[in-house]
Amino acid sequence: MPSITARRFLPVLGLCLLFVLCLPAGAAPTVPASDAQVLERVPARVADPRVRDLQALRTAWRADPRNAELAVRLARRYVDEAAAEGDPRYIGYAQAALAPWWNEPAPPVAVRVQRAVLRQYGHQFAEALADLDAAVLAEPANAQAWSWLAAIQMVRADYSAAARGCDGLAPLTTPLLAAGCRAAVDSLTGHAEAAANSLGAALKAATDAGAEERLWALTRLAEIAERRGDLAHAEGSFRAALGLGVADVYLQAAYADHLLDRGRPAEVLTLLKDGTRADVLLLRLAIAAKAAKDPRATGWTSDLEARFAAARARGDRTHEKEEARFALELKGDAARALALARSNYAVQREAADARILLEAAIAARQPDAAAPVREWLTANRVESVALQALAAKLGAGR
Amino acid sequence: MRRLMAVCLALACVVPGVQAHKPSDSYLSISVGDTGVKGQWDIALRDLDFAIGLDTDGNGEITWGEVRAKHGEIAAYALARLAVRGDGAPCAIEPGAQQIDDHTDGAYTVLPLAIRCANVPAQLAIDYTLFADLDPQHRGLLNLQALGLTRTAVLGPQAPAQTFELKAVSRWAQFIDYAREGVWHIWIGFDHILFLLSLLLPAVLLWRGRQAQHWQPAETFRQAGIDVLKTVTAFTLAHSITLSLATLGFMSLPSRWVESAIAASVVLAALNNVWPVLHSRRWMVAFGFGLIHGFGFASVLVDLGLPREALALALVGFNLGVEGGQLAIVAVFLPLAFALRRTAFYRRAVMVGGSMLIAVLAGIWLVERVFQVKLLGF
Repeated sequence: MPSITARRFLPVLGLCLLFVLCLPAGAAPTVPASDAQVLERVPARVADPRVRDLQALRTAWRADPRNAELAVRLARRYVDEAAAEGDPRYIGYAQAALAPWWNEPAPPVAVRVQRAVLRQYGHQFAEALADLDAAVLAEPANAQAWSWLAAIQMVRADYSAAARGCDGLAPLTTPLLAAGCRAAVDSLTGHAEAAANSLGAALKAATDAGAEERLWALTRLAEIAERRGDLAHAEGSFRAALGLGVADVYLQAAYADHLLDRGRPAEVLTLLKDGTRADVLLLRLAIAAKAAKDPRATGWTSDLEARFAAARARGDRTHEKEEARFALELKGDAARALALARSNYAVQREAADARILLEAAIAARQPDAAAPVREWLTANRVESVALQALAAKLGAGR
Repeated sequence: MRRLMAVCLALACVVPGVQAHKPSDSYLSISVGDTGVKGQWDIALRDLDFAIGLDTDGNGEITWGEVRAKHGEIAAYALARLAVRGDGAPCAIEPGAQQIDDHTDGAYTVLPLAIRCANVPAQLAIDYTLFADLDPQHRGLLNLQALGLTRTAVLGPQAPAQTFELKAVSRWAQFIDYAREGVWHIWIGFDHILFLLSLLLPAVLLWRGRQAQHWQPAETFRQAGIDVLKTVTAFTLAHSITLSLATLGFMSLPSRWVESAIAASVVLAALNNVWPVLHSRRWMVAFGFGLIHGFGFASVLVDLGLPREALALALVGFNLGVEGGQLAIVAVFLPLAFALRRTAFYRRAVMVGGSMLIAVLAGIWLVERVFQVKLLGF
């Protein structure tokens, strides 16, 4: 039984998906006209050595599924595929590789770290953190565990725990990544200027850093500058990051938001013209099209509606932030946006999560609903021009 | 590797929203009719390719010819992972001729199912293990239609075996549920109760405006009863009209406006007892303001979630519940008030003092709702 795995085929798949999305919804089942008709594109195992590699790894694993080393290697490969192609099916395949240990209380450390990575994909942050805490206790030099620990604690807005994660990571990684980790924490806890300066200095010093590492640092720097209201630096860092030529969905979404906030939707339409595949980019495209009165807004909005409906049907709640923004900005449904934003904020507490909750609470005229954000802003002395302005507006409406 | 992993730090990898596709789902529709059980199962070609290999030549394109050649294998693979039991006895499943359909994330094979159970089942059990070993995040989205009711469920490794009582969720039980919600809502809806009480308080009295400028006790229980009947009927009729219109989507008003108007209606009704402007035709007041209260009820009903296939039933059930709850209040109030109607306690403390208290409380609600501030702890 051949099993097929993936490799990059983004342009083809993008086109294919576009085609599928353009079909009328609820089309009736049909019998294709000819045997030659292509129905679906999958990774081509003949032409692509990466697919064959992955297949060989999978074959080896199938022969010895209880081999932890093989299982972790396969799971890790699938996570890489998921990141590269944006197909969450690979996360499920990775979970299947870890099946013998999935419900074990204390699997081997490498399995445990990988299990945490998969769990956080499903927003099971508490379970993921339990695995990572155990992993760094058993193996204090596990850089992967420390970095995920810091990243998840940032999302949960537990900044002292995130700082401990950065401390654990620092001796195991490059000075730039160590500085970036620390700056992410400091910038949200009342030391934004110092964070921007130290990360900027680390970036200058890291002359040998690779493009991906630079992109990551520049994105952080741009976000910190934007929060501080230093728009010229934000713009410069975003552009420098984009200039590295590495495709990065997160960066594109962040820069698109920056442009939307500055009232430059036309530039978003150009920036993201190939971005209809990823939900987060399609969301920005639709918002930009609406602002620019571009006729494509209607089609993109109904595509998004269909994708959110599909996620809801299976009980998937990991898209609530995007769906809240969709409801507020494209559907004008403040009540639905607020319900989604509140539910999302119970799980994720990053600046973007705070922002959509504030905006939805203002639109729905329910200032009390955003009380957790106000507490977060005050307790951590968060420096953000945009968030503070929204909070002030909310306070005035009370 | 270490470097790459660390680059993931706080980046998109923590937040799966960047994904373009959705995770793996299949769509299983089963309908139970008087003549038997049939179904349709839509399974993604991508998933089948991963499981049994559809792209025979490995060129990355799955053609209709390749799928057609595997129809037998697809049906055998899928049906080995689905079991249906009617009233505990296994049902035989026969696959039909497959077609192709498109969902939001690509092409699916459409597998018709003839499901043969011993008799038309009252209870259907479904065991679903498709792709459970390959992708634990795969889900089967079940749409089950039976006896005019549609229900949905998510099948998958998290709940591989599920049982559905096809006759248990009867219309009657649904009706009773909504009626209970209606009763409950009028009982905990202080604004509605106080509005009703404000209109009922003077029902056991007669206004002697021209001669004496004061209230006199009603002579007979019948006299008071008719007054109550007119008021309650008018209120009911009015709020039924707007409740129906709003629930069915013909009309909608901003909830802040509605809630504020409800508070205002309580203030006015209560003040009318202290300084009567309208004394004999209170049923008209009840009708006019009842229209507004109906919008308030509608928002509750919408929050409860309405069954699409039984909208009218839910509406009638909820409405009758509200009426029932209202009558229960009247049944307690009227005999008590009638018995006390000649006392100064009733005419001063209850009628005037009580109405003033209601007016003050509702006045605070009004300010709260208009300006969206919180003054009271409840």
